[in-house]
Amino acid sequence: MTNHWIDLKNSDCILIMGSNAAENHPISFKYITQAQEKGGTVISVDPRFTKTSSKADIYAALRSGTDIAFLGGMIKYILDNTLYNKEYTENYTNASYIVNKNFGFKDGLFSGYKKNEEGPSMGSYDKSTWTFDMDEKGVPVKDMTLANKQCVFQLLKTHYNRYDLDKVSSVTGTPKEDLLKVYKAYAATGAAGKAGTIMYAMGWTQHTVGVQIIRTMSMIQLLLGNMGVAGGGVNALRGESNVQGSTDQALLWHILPGYLKIPTSSADSLEAYNTKWTPKSNDPLSANWWQNYPKYSVSLLKSFFGENGTKENQFGYHWLPKAEDGKSYSWFDIFDAMYKKDIKGFFAWGMNPACSGSNAGKIREALGNLDWMVNVNIFDNETGSFWRGPGMDPSKIGTEVFMLPAAVSVEKEGSISNSGRWMQWRYQGPKPLGNSRPDGDIILELGRRLKKAYQTDGAVKEPILNLKWDYDTHGEFDAHKVAKEINGYFLEDVKIGETVYKKGSLVPAFAMLQANGSTSSGDWVYCASYTDKGNMAARRSNKDAANNIGLYPEFAWAWPVNRRIIYNRASVDPKGRPYDEKDWVVRFAGEEKDGKYTTSKWEGDIPDGPWYPLQNPDGTKREDGKHPFIMTTHGHGQIFGPGLADGPFPEHYEPIECPVEKNLFSSQMVNPTAVVYGTKADSHATCDPRFPFVGTTYRVSEHWQTGLMTRPQEWLMELEPNVFVEMSEELAKLKGIKNGERVKVASARGALECTAIVTKRFRPFKIGYGTVHQVGIPWHYGWRWPETGKEESANLLTPAAGDPNTRIPETKAFMVNVTKL
Amino acid sequence: MKLNRRDFIKITGATAAGIAVSGLGFDLKPVKAHAGMLKTRYAKETTSICCYCAVGCGLIVHTSNRGDGRVINIEGDPDHVINQGALCSKGSSIKQLTENANRLTEPMYRAPNSDQWQKVSWDWALSQITDRIKKTRDAGFETTNAKGQTVNRTTRIASVGSAAMDNEECWIYQALMRSLGLVYIEHQARI
Repeated sequence: MTNHWIDLKNSDCILIMGSNAAENHPISFKYITQAQEKGGTVISVDPRFTKTSSKADIYAALRSGTDIAFLGGMIKYILDNTLYNKEYTENYTNASYIVNKNFGFKDGLFSGYKKNEEGPSMGSYDKSTWTFDMDEKGVPVKDMTLANKQCVFQLLKTHYNRYDLDKVSSVTGTPKEDLLKVYKAYAATGAAGKAGTIMYAMGWTQHTVGVQIIRTMSMIQLLLGNMGVAGGGVNALRGESNVQGSTDQALLWHILPGYLKIPTSSADSLEAYNTKWTPKSNDPLSANWWQNYPKYSVSLLKSFFGENGTKENQFGYHWLPKAEDGKSYSWFDIFDAMYKKDIKGFFAWGMNPACSGSNAGKIREALGNLDWMVNVNIFDNETGSFWRGPGMDPSKIGTEVFMLPAAVSVEKEGSISNSGRWMQWRYQGPKPLGNSRPDGDIILELGRRLKKAYQTDGAVKEPILNLKWDYDTHGEFDAHKVAKEINGYFLEDVKIGETVYKKGSLVPAFAMLQANGSTSSGDWVYCASYTDKGNMAARRSNKDAANNIGLYPEFAWAWPVNRRIIYNRASVDPKGRPYDEKDWVVRFAGEEKDGKYTTSKWEGDIPDGPWYPLQNPDGTKREDGKHPFIMTTHGHGQIFGPGLADGPFPEHYEPIECPVEKNLFSSQMVNPTAVVYGTKADSHATCDPRFPFVGTTYRVSEHWQTGLMTRPQEWLMELEPNVFVEMSEELAKLKGIKNGERVKVASARGALECTAIVTKRFRPFKIGYGTVHQVGIPWHYGWRWPETGKEESANLLTPAAGDPNTRIPETKAFMVNVTKL
Repeated sequence: MKLNRRDFIKITGATAAGIAVSGLGFDLKPVKAHAGMLKTRYAKETTSICCYCAVGCGLIVHTSNRGDGRVINIEGDPDHVINQGALCSKGSSIKQLTENANRLTEPMYRAPNSDQWQKVSWDWALSQITDRIKKTRDAGFETTNAKGQTVNRTTRIASVGSAAMDNEECWIYQALMRSLGLVYIEHQARI
């Protein structure tokens, strides 16, 4: 989330699309309801009339997988009716930039496309034309009138001019009047002092166009001036209590902690690596914050390897593994390699891939190809016990499995980071049950044993032996010691300005981190979380900030540097005055003399940097101001986004499995860069009469994710005992299915038995080609619990196809059949 | 006397209506008074954050400071600025997640081609795991790639998980995995 949960109350219009917050993030409704009570509008857009829809002021249905068409229509509506925030769009976004004249878009393809016959990626782009014209100083050329035919704004207009109401409605199945209702209500937040926000979750990410759906909305937020303001932003509702933190700490193949890049084989020295990832801007008004990259990477290496990392050995840069250039090591790739017998050892640590992974049948089969697996969990699960699951013959499965009992969260101490980036400290209540142990203790002990094992012999021992591993107190894992390491230390006396920071003291904020090995920081975005003033995450003050918008700056701690709303310099005009005077986030409070600012001071939230505003009170430009989007190279919000794999402007493509024979927007049926796997376990069926209905997965309040933590509980199982398939009355009639009957749901990959739930919440969609039925299944189940073994995972149905940027699976739109048992 | 939850609700509901001698056949009043004291007089109070979704609701955990040292009650923290005491159905049942007879409490091992689990010691399990990691890593370790570039990695071992861990645990976990040379490191955020 760019903003945070409490901030929802400050919104004038909350669009909930790709999420069912009332069901899956119930407490968020405390603040959604407050916004509504103050006159705000709540919009729910969902294929199904959900609990969220029942509380919304406006509901619109759309067929799964058509979100870009829906939102592209909103962009057209905003532009056609001049509802965008002109000053914001001109000053704070790249709408004025001039794009390379060789950039083009034709019939669903951007310039530079090349098909990939080998897979799993269907194709890729040479992005050399997706660039901006630069002036002689190397600064992007801008046309502040936005009239130049080659400027981003005009290209945007042309691109979305095709997304008219008729076409959008025929693709999405949303009635035109409903589209208009949503567009009108949301576009009204482009007015000065109004804020609109988006709450999305897996309903947006789990598509082959997932990233581009989110980008479409981000572009809308920029056009309407909704980024950085209270009640605005782009808010991903993260589904796991610490999935924000585990991402920040880089339990992902492509990043190191703090969103640094994984080194690749071609970056053959620390210097080459830093040069590759440190962007350059020649615009003195651009903060280009990533120019500090080497400070963060070197400080990280110092946390990894401590004193063993020296300038001479590049701080241990080559002790980190290198990914092969151009190769992906994502979730899908792991199980594809395991299926092909290329992976021998496997850790399933606090995860249940046998139920949580798309195309779970392939995953279960792949687990049988392993030599060994370590399964760490609080309950026995379908992953650890895969060898005794349905259809398995244990005598034929050679995988050794070690199942280790972990403590639950209330039995240990440490921090987690919520969706609003708040790092919150938890304390130990009871001791771990029986012989279960906190994950931290298991990891620490495993590390000790590995260090010992490698003392005598082994392949490339240095990374293991040199790893800093002093995170215990009296032999036990000490979360405080790691939290301090993540924050970072001064490793020698360091003088910054007039202040000398003593060796051994904690670094007060990441602006003090150094690139010469004199500081450590395990994760630069967490620098300032644990300082010599104490553990910031443990703070409990309920005093609000001066702006009184619910920031609670001394309750817990938010990354970065306790900033509660990021990009907040975009909430003020170029003179530093808030667009919304009532619910202001930051405001410039420096002194002024003769129409010029003379001292720099900001009030409210921690601003995105201490610099002066872009202009003086008399309207003259300042040389020392900064553009507000400090994490982008040139300082502007990117309406034209050249960084993504599938295009600088989002375009509608159909899901890999879809019910229509044509894409009404172009002859590119599906995302031409989508990732699709090709083993015999990865079959797909589109427009196939065997699988005529759109399927989607979702969740219910009473269970969580694969249900592994909730299915072994009595109360929650009593509330939601069975896996069900929800369908419309029309479809039930068509198939002769009665509410409560057990039925079979099948896709090209697998099948499961479900209880039919016939409701008015699903309605058939009228689309360009006729009527489309959609069904939905919660993915909380698996054969291990309940012990009847009959309640299986919906991911047996879902496809092995993913987004080209993230490789997140397309589990929100696929094709199924439903039949009576 | 074994009661299921529905029976219990029926009985305690009746008690609340003022019938001192309930369907249980005895007076619950002193039991209720004792239950009230359990949280306050006989318990350690700690705060925590809910382990389910990422709203980050505050919890108050009462742990018995007598006897078994287990959880007496977990409820929403009224002083937490986000949830202000409120919890959803899952958050309200966290005690049942903690005090649950189905939990794993011992390391278990499944031998190749076996059809059962066997209970093992931590020491044995961790020594065997260390041995497997070392064998697999050393057999398939790549120091350079086909182009002769330094890569220092193994693609024979993969790891998934976990967003269920604390930040500090995640950090040391990725540090350990990367020191072993793993590039296949993924977790819930990818799916």
